[in-house]
Amino acid sequence: MTSRPELQAEVLQPTGTGPEDTEAPATPSTFVRRFRRNKVGVAALALLVVVVLLAVFAPWIAPHDPNQGELSRALEGPSGEYWFGTDDLGRDVLSRLIHASRVSLVAAALATGVALLIGLPLGLISGYFGGWVDNVIMRFNDALMSFPALILAVVIVGLLGPSLTNAMLAIGIVYAPRIMRVVRGSALSVREEVYVLSARATGCGAPRIIGGHVLPNILSPLVVQTTIMLGLTILAEAGLSFLGLGVQPPTASWGSILGRAFPYMGRTPTTVIVAGLTISVVVLAFNLLGDAFRDSLGRERRDQ
Amino acid sequence: MTTPAVTAPLLQVEDLTVQFPTPDGLITVVDHVSFTLDANRVLCIVGESGSGKSVTALSLVGLVQSRGGRVSAGSVKFRGTELVGQPEKALNRIRGRDIGFIFQEPMSSLNPAFTVGDQIAEVVRRHRRAGRKEAWARAVEMLDRVGIASAAQRAKDYPHRFSGGMRQRVMIALALACDPKLLIADEPTTALDVTIQARTLELLKTLQREQDMAVLFITHDLGVVADIADDVVVMYASQVVEHAPVRDLFRRPQHPYTAGLLAAMPQSALENGSPLVGIPGVVPQPHRLPSGCRFHPRCTHAQAGRCTSEPVELRRLDGGLVRCVRSEELRDPAPVPGAPAPIEGVAVQ
Repeated sequence: MTSRPELQAEVLQPTGTGPEDTEAPATPSTFVRRFRRNKVGVAALALLVVVVLLAVFAPWIAPHDPNQGELSRALEGPSGEYWFGTDDLGRDVLSRLIHASRVSLVAAALATGVALLIGLPLGLISGYFGGWVDNVIMRFNDALMSFPALILAVVIVGLLGPSLTNAMLAIGIVYAPRIMRVVRGSALSVREEVYVLSARATGCGAPRIIGGHVLPNILSPLVVQTTIMLGLTILAEAGLSFLGLGVQPPTASWGSILGRAFPYMGRTPTTVIVAGLTISVVVLAFNLLGDAFRDSLGRERRDQ
Repeated sequence: MTTPAVTAPLLQVEDLTVQFPTPDGLITVVDHVSFTLDANRVLCIVGESGSGKSVTALSLVGLVQSRGGRVSAGSVKFRGTELVGQPEKALNRIRGRDIGFIFQEPMSSLNPAFTVGDQIAEVVRRHRRAGRKEAWARAVEMLDRVGIASAAQRAKDYPHRFSGGMRQRVMIALALACDPKLLIADEPTTALDVTIQARTLELLKTLQREQDMAVLFITHDLGVVADIADDVVVMYASQVVEHAPVRDLFRRPQHPYTAGLLAAMPQSALENGSPLVGIPGVVPQPHRLPSGCRFHPRCTHAQAGRCTSEPVELRRLDGGLVRCVRSEELRDPAPVPGAPAPIEGVAVQ
């Protein structure tokens, strides 16, 4: 095709409305730049990286076998050999905590994955199509949300039998509405954007618009919600395992360690404190990371 | 008016009626609008905000549902095929391939999540079954054609790196990527500043000639109309009030509203040395339409009884169509005092 120099020449001139007065979504580089300025976020990320590394390399890092105990040395306090003491079967609490991080993280990822798998498509459909589809999905959503999460999870585990996978399936289902809400809300606003109408005017069908135009533009709130959800599901898993409905012995998760140590709190408070602190700190780190993501992913506007 | 074409016109709109549900009941935003557009012609729809011109444009390609409206009557024939009531799938094959669409807001009609090249290439791939490379080459070629410097480089940029005028050029490239036979442009220059407006218009005119396409141009700017149109449809309060070839319309507007619009152009006031005359009042709301002629409350020529009781039909007059009972008598004698001055002075390029 012929190039059009006479048209090109004129557009080399700067025009009145420059790119600087437009809103710019965070590009990967601006995201990294803004995130790095957020000290709390960086600290949270660093902590979580350490936890993940501990989980991955647990067999090499843990000083003792997590499932092998000496009954004669049960319920000892912290010592040089057992940093955080031993549990009622004489097993090393530190080693169990390190191994439990595997279980807890995988469980959280599983539950969050289930929540995403249910919440994301339903939220997109609900938000994009609206109308009666939206009504049906959202009423179902409201019903699910009006249930106390843990109680519903207990019911589901009760039906399916106690195991970590079932527990996490349950948690995923229970938390799906949270994802659904965020996705639906964002899709609802993106749907009204002119570029969606414009895409339809170029002959884009609904699946293509949802996947190609709506989804990429709601990723920011979705990433934030997913991060926070990882923290929530860790907490939920801990709760279920504390009650004995999650992970089954001898495998340990943070919640089951806490639960097992609970009756002996008077003799060895260290175990309860350490397990509790681990859960709190990791959940807090996920929440702070989510906040930091939100701050760094937001769109930059001139008026801010 | 052009002589009726022997073959079917490219676009034939008949009695198109669009309604929107509101808490006060259904309101009619487009009321029995008819017009035809032949290949390679430019038809402008002119009117104030709220006259129904944008909704008309959207409803032609079945997009008005996304704004909550519904085509309740009428037909839209594109190359002889009826578009009203077609399933989305069939419409999706036509949109973007045979009919291009440009929107008013260049700042928001591009997806911020993709590069402009990707967005154009996507349309090409969908409609032409083109490969990735081929589609990308077409995107670059189109960007080059609409006058974007170093198009190959710029195709990899995201929309926020483009100014308003440049984004509108990208939109034009997107709309024309599949060589449509019809381009619907909904106020494509309104959001741009004046110099950019002129260039964009120039570009559209050039491309219209080169690509052998018809253009349906929605605008409220009569300067733009004079510049680009072959035929003009003037809309007021959801109805067509005048339909005429551009030359006739500017030389001798038959409807007092058209005359008022022309008198309200700064150019005509300058050339006549007369003060700028506005049209008093505002467009009536669709649910509170006046009886009789919808323009009569704002019309300086309105006569009680004749203009206020019966709805006025669109009728043929001097090769055009007009919806006014007093067109003949208003034309001949000396202008009524206080009425807009004769419009002869307005030059038509």
